[in-house]
Amino acid sequence: MTEFLNDWGLILITFLPLVGALVMILVPKESEDTHKLLALVTALATAVVGVLLLLNFNYSSAGELQFLVDHQWIEVINSRFVMGLDGLSLPLLALTVGIMPLVFVYSWNHIPEPGNPKAFFILMLVLETGMIGSFVAQDLILFFVFFEVVLLPMYFMIGVWGGPERKYASIKFFLYTLFGSALMIVAFIGVSYLSKTQTFVIPELTAFGGAGITKATQVILFGGMFLGFGIKVPMFPFHTWLPDAHTQAPTQGSVILAAVLLKLGTYGFLRIAIPVLPLGARQWAPVIGVLAVIGIIYGALACLAQTDMKRLIAFSSVAHMGFTMLAISTLTDLGFNAAVFGMVAHGLITGMLFFLAGSIKERYHTLEIKRLGGLLVQAPKMGWILGLCTMASLGLPGLAGFWGEFPAILSAYAPAVGLSVPLFRTLMVVAALGTVLAAGYLLWLYQRTAFGTPTEEFASDPHIHDVETPEWIAWTPLLILIVVFGFVPGLIFNVTQPAVSLIAGAVGG
Amino acid sequence: MTALLAQLAPGNFRAPTLDFHALAPEIVLLVTLVVLVLLDSIKLERARASMPAVTNIGLLAALIPLVTLAADGGTRVMFGGSYVVDPMSLVLKALFIVSAYVVVLLSTNYVAEGDYWESEYYVLLVSSVLGMVVMASSRDLIGIFVALELLSIPAYMLAAWRKGDVRSNEAGLKYYLMGVFASAILLYGMSLVFGVGGSTRLVDIGLRLEEIGTEGVPVVTLALVFVLIGFAFKVSAVPFHVWAPDTYEGAPTPVTAFLAVASKAAGFVALIQIVYFCFIVRPDIIQPIFFVLAVLSMTVGNLIALRQTNVVRMLAYSGIAQAGFMLAPFVVAGELPVQSRQAVVIYLVIYAAMNLGAFAVVIAIARKTGSGEIESFGGLFQYMPGMAVALTLFLASLIGIPPLGGWYAKFSVFKVLVEAQTGLGWATAIVMAVNTAIAAYYYLRVARAMWFDDAPDGDTTPVKVPAGLTAAVTLALVATLVFGVLPGLLSDLTSFQPLALGG
Repeated sequence: MTEFLNDWGLILITFLPLVGALVMILVPKESEDTHKLLALVTALATAVVGVLLLLNFNYSSAGELQFLVDHQWIEVINSRFVMGLDGLSLPLLALTVGIMPLVFVYSWNHIPEPGNPKAFFILMLVLETGMIGSFVAQDLILFFVFFEVVLLPMYFMIGVWGGPERKYASIKFFLYTLFGSALMIVAFIGVSYLSKTQTFVIPELTAFGGAGITKATQVILFGGMFLGFGIKVPMFPFHTWLPDAHTQAPTQGSVILAAVLLKLGTYGFLRIAIPVLPLGARQWAPVIGVLAVIGIIYGALACLAQTDMKRLIAFSSVAHMGFTMLAISTLTDLGFNAAVFGMVAHGLITGMLFFLAGSIKERYHTLEIKRLGGLLVQAPKMGWILGLCTMASLGLPGLAGFWGEFPAILSAYAPAVGLSVPLFRTLMVVAALGTVLAAGYLLWLYQRTAFGTPTEEFASDPHIHDVETPEWIAWTPLLILIVVFGFVPGLIFNVTQPAVSLIAGAVGG
Repeated sequence: MTALLAQLAPGNFRAPTLDFHALAPEIVLLVTLVVLVLLDSIKLERARASMPAVTNIGLLAALIPLVTLAADGGTRVMFGGSYVVDPMSLVLKALFIVSAYVVVLLSTNYVAEGDYWESEYYVLLVSSVLGMVVMASSRDLIGIFVALELLSIPAYMLAAWRKGDVRSNEAGLKYYLMGVFASAILLYGMSLVFGVGGSTRLVDIGLRLEEIGTEGVPVVTLALVFVLIGFAFKVSAVPFHVWAPDTYEGAPTPVTAFLAVASKAAGFVALIQIVYFCFIVRPDIIQPIFFVLAVLSMTVGNLIALRQTNVVRMLAYSGIAQAGFMLAPFVVAGELPVQSRQAVVIYLVIYAAMNLGAFAVVIAIARKTGSGEIESFGGLFQYMPGMAVALTLFLASLIGIPPLGGWYAKFSVFKVLVEAQTGLGWATAIVMAVNTAIAAYYYLRVARAMWFDDAPDGDTTPVKVPAGLTAAVTLALVATLVFGVLPGLLSDLTSFQPLALGG
């Protein structure tokens, strides 16, 4: 078993969704139930492989790449088919394979307009392959391929199954990301060419650590990667695609976008940009820190001004990813740990919030906050779940969100040697103020939607009912994890620590 | 010159030795041409139905000697170095012949159902391909010019093939006038090159240019500029592109596909021959010229393509932008001759696959919608999902999204530009990255119409796609996917040995 997983585990988990999608192409469009079943079975099978990998992972050496796959691929350019799993990739891989089956369960009776589950599910499975591949690829070109595979399915999910402004939102999402990744690939080529062995393999480049590349060149190359990853995160001022994409995407699209896709950006910083170009990273760190904190405050203020619940959650993502980026910009292992925890926590919590927004929209046919109200009266269970998630999102201790935010702020107290301490301490104070604002907009949201009595227009609407079975199945695991990670943060920190401390050590933290 | 005159003296003439194996592809094409003409003149109307089949068999037969030559390996030099069959020329010849094969698949129903002249159509097509195949091996100014005319003149006529339509006539006439004008400029440039170089063989000219160094700079510059402008017309580089959109839109769509892929590739092959075997000794002159051509082509082509509402016109302008991407490696020709040439060839091959595929789907869809307006593609995903997905993949490949072929084409260009480590190279790479994002907008507009909109006239009955078109789409799709997932195949094929000037 272990041997099989060592050789094939990562290939299997990456391409299993794609195989499922190919099978689904052969089944006619009319048999919708078959498609639902096939998609769910594929996602579950992928998750089972994920669990097997988790069980066979050697946690005592989480800093090393395990289940390493290494094959010839494009010889001329020295690009190899290398995949591996370490403590940095593992939580994100688990998040991805865990959340996808839940999305399919939720879709059982929530196929967005205009229907056609066949195409919808095929796109989601292709998306899953892209996301998993990005997290396990250990070669710049292979990473780039998977990173880009994600684009088209998401574009079509937003564009076909999205809201009224879907065309604008989908093309905006696409162009922003493509622009970033075009400059990113130029930076990748530059890094590879300037490295001694002209390789694209990430561990080799990391070991090499930018030696021989002058500081000025590193700053330029890091700039290219910064655009590619920063747009994906998204960092202020490149965030404007996110509220549009989130608001217009179907519920499933929003959940995947929030839970996994945004993490591709932060993961890229940790996996590639920082360890490969340490000198460049040190020069850019203050810039990233400042932009991250602007994102925190700007996102929070924008949240206070929103009238649409989904758009509010979207802007809260900008703020939360700001905390993650602030943690990354400190270049310390505490910061990196906080960042990975923040990614997972944000994935669980915000994914959950988007699920809730989708279900509320389905019942009320609107997400305008002032028309909602009294959710606790009309659908008490859903109201309590919303309560839990807003508390988690604002960083209440005991829930997962706390461990993403608190260490992130803490890490800014003592940034890596060489970075300006006064600057980062100022950033720390401002970021801490951001948590107050976060409590403000989230509590206000909860108060306006859940408390009070239902508004007149919905008071006697028979359409509004409490949580349904597919929703329970989809949500329960997320809720449990939010609480469990809140109480036992070590579950993630212990896995990430060995991996990220290597990166922090290399960058001189 | 004296050597030539000496040969003319009585008793001095020696017949050149012919390597029939090396010339076999050209001979097969010539035989096909003759068979087609004879078939038409003997059997008259009854021959019409069998013309496409005979053409295709001829084209496939021409591939056989290419394979045996490739298996044989090595370089065969004929006519004192004027005609060279080397691995690169074999890849390019295969590209031309396979492209023509796909174009015949696209044309079969179009020409038969449109009630156009059929026999002549295929005769002209094959003679144009013959010109391209000759071009791939020519290493001599005269050879290149003859090949250029042989491939262009049939294309002028093909562009005007829809005789009843005034737009097609306009297309043919415009193409003809611009083409002849370009030929004149080219010839003038060539005469200057001959005057400076003292020979028509590229290799000799290159050596001579190196010898004289910076002497006689104005005339050398002038000569190079004129020759390059002549070919810039052919590959529709900005600012010599104005004929392309009108010609593409007016010409029968299969012919447009032929012009956009094969004919453009032939122009690039000529550029490769001239630049890499001759002008490469003067990078100071050619690199700035190519920088301007490449940057202008990609930017202007993209910006105009943004405004197009007709898919064929959009593809025409996008083709101009793509030509800009293909011109980019020439900017670093002096620094990295081998790699930049390889990047151009890789781009040509992948571009042929994805662009022919896109045209094939457009032809199939136009059978239903009767127009190339982007709006008329609305709702296609609902009633012809296969074609809609295929076109989406081709467009995604043109944008450069992995794992479709286009990404590797773009990647190899980026790679060579970055590795050259020159200011011009970096500048080109960055302009190209920005243009990649711009291009995504208009390619996705087509995808958007197919996926997001409803059928404009509410008519959602699928139309039957002829087997030939399906085969063409499948062939192009498989090629696009394979080149994208296993680009190593293509790099192996095109990793030519560094050629010395004497090669």
